[in-house]
Amino acid sequence: MSGQYIELFIKAVFVENLALSFFLGMCTFLAVSKKIETAFGLGAAVIVVQFITVTANALLYEYVLEEGALAWAGLPDVDLSFLGLVTYIGVIAAMVQILEMVLDKYFPRLFHALGIYLPLITVNCAILGGTLFAVQRDYTITESVVFSVGSGFGWALALVGLAGIREKLKYSDVPLGLQGLGITFIIVGLMSLGFMAFAGVQL
Amino acid sequence: MPEVRKQPVKRESVPRTLLVAFFVSLVCSSLVASAAVVLKPLQVANALLDVRKNILEVAGLMEPGADVNALFAAIEARVVDLETGAYVDDVDPETFDPVRAKRDPELSIEVPAELDVARVGRRAKRARIYLVREDGEVTRIILPVSGYGLWSTLYGFLALEPDGNTVADIVFYAHAETAGIGDFVTKAAWRARWPGKRVYDEEGALRLEVFKGRATADDPLSDYRVDGVSGATLTGNGVTNLIRYWLGDHGYGPFLRNIRGEES
Amino acid sequence: MSDSPAKRALLDPIVDDNPVTLHVLGICSALAVTTSLLPSLYMCVALTVVASLANASVSAIRKVLPGSIRIIVQMTIIASLVIVVDESLKAFAYETSRELSVFVGLIITNCIVLGRTESFGSKNPIGLSFLDGLGNGLGYSVILILVATCRELLGKGTLLGYTILPNVADGGWYIPNGMMLLPPSAFFVIGLIIWAVRTWKAEQVEEQEYRIHEVHRTEAH
Repeated sequence: MSGQYIELFIKAVFVENLALSFFLGMCTFLAVSKKIETAFGLGAAVIVVQFITVTANALLYEYVLEEGALAWAGLPDVDLSFLGLVTYIGVIAAMVQILEMVLDKYFPRLFHALGIYLPLITVNCAILGGTLFAVQRDYTITESVVFSVGSGFGWALALVGLAGIREKLKYSDVPLGLQGLGITFIIVGLMSLGFMAFAGVQL
Repeated sequence: MPEVRKQPVKRESVPRTLLVAFFVSLVCSSLVASAAVVLKPLQVANALLDVRKNILEVAGLMEPGADVNALFAAIEARVVDLETGAYVDDVDPETFDPVRAKRDPELSIEVPAELDVARVGRRAKRARIYLVREDGEVTRIILPVSGYGLWSTLYGFLALEPDGNTVADIVFYAHAETAGIGDFVTKAAWRARWPGKRVYDEEGALRLEVFKGRATADDPLSDYRVDGVSGATLTGNGVTNLIRYWLGDHGYGPFLRNIRGEES
Repeated sequence: MSDSPAKRALLDPIVDDNPVTLHVLGICSALAVTTSLLPSLYMCVALTVVASLANASVSAIRKVLPGSIRIIVQMTIIASLVIVVDESLKAFAYETSRELSVFVGLIITNCIVLGRTESFGSKNPIGLSFLDGLGNGLGYSVILILVATCRELLGKGTLLGYTILPNVADGGWYIPNGMMLLPPSAFFVIGLIIWAVRTWKAEQVEEQEYRIHEVHRTEAH
């Protein structure tokens, strides 16, 4: 039974990496990957936010929004799934706001280190994307939790990896037109190719 | 150092904020709700049309540009109890919801791990199958099948001849396998390898499979083997697994045994 | 010929100020659907519609919108528009909506849309904001269509489903480049497009943080 969850986790980190296979969260991904320390900080924050929001949204979907979900409240014929998108983004915005307040109060150093990046996580496609995938694939709550941690970790892994490569690349002689953004895309493409090697992993 | 605050700009006052927030929410929710309600019938009709097109396809009746709903009159839906293999008539096949049945703990069972080769997890106790009728006679039996490939669950329909043993056609209508490799399941050339293959041998054992390697002409098992595609072994295995599950004793096996019993 | 603000709002984002290639914005939802041209076209239309209408709506209420709820209101407006577009797609273009799956929903977090409502729509009149949203949508569409054309043509030999390069599997001569249908190719194609654009418009080249001095480049003789 647990083997299924391990497989789900491995798949979320490597085979279906949100950044490298689905191109989610690219904006922050490309902007933050210049230094390893910032990458680490943001990656950790993303894992936490992903865990909180995907779980919260999965619960909301199963008990409120889904067709027939409101059966426990005596309304079995109501289908609120069309409200999904706006609900999820609202939950994400609220959770990030709460996390900001908690960090500011109890972990001020971390809060200042993350700076502007924390509120930017709200609009990170990877966060909303994680929720949307979990809902679309009809994961149970446990599967959603495993998927959330796995996908967050995968995104963070790709981010830190890219930051490491870009730091090394500072002293390379990159052609003029490719400097900065261009070469980064090529590198990410190669990383994506590398991660694809994990497809077919069977535990 | 004490801060001297000027009176905040009127725009920022709490009542004003609440008012704007309320107004925006009202407009947005009205817009969204009306869109959802107005468009729902169209969406439901589309989803139904899509399913019907696939069934007609595997029934061999689909023609491009044809009126799907008119052609579908030749198809009869029936609900089958998978354990006994018998038809059940206490539920209307048209309103039977297979997706909901699979999730409802009262209407479904959990598949034991050692039997779950197709990794379906749960299976509804009843299934809706389709019979193609021509002049009152059954010409094809259509069975919904699903199972896990390499990256995703494959959903398809398998059509059998009235003898309950010979494959007439197979169509996969949903999957998320590797583009260009694993999506061979939707290609016409591979689909064409299926008609005429047999499912069970003389002793009634399930033999149908996707075969890795090329089946030679004098291979006694070639009737039961469909050539796979090189480089896409795992997707092919997924197809074999879903055949093994759904045409085995935990799936439509009992139902097809009844059919074969009637035929002989 | 003087460039009116309207003309600039509309045309600048297509090349000079392209949100994707210059500002690194909004490619998230872009790339995953670019294995085929048809869903990509729908995606372009969806995003352009949302961007222009959202920009216009935010502009309409910009004078009464309190700063404390500015972002969340913008997101609510964008989310509502995306839901309407998503439901419409499911009603009128069912098969394509299945292919687009979650990526239409991701327009909500598309950096272009939110970026423009925040930086332009909240400070400019309605008409101009609408054109700005439209222009950015078009800039995004140009890149998306370029990538999708490349990937479908080289990856499958078809365009919009019509066979352009007959495949070997169907008796033709073209062996499809399978890699074009896999994720990494999208990154490579965009990287190459950026290279091309920046070679053409040299002012877009990014400043390198450290350049190897000419003197030190010459190695041992």
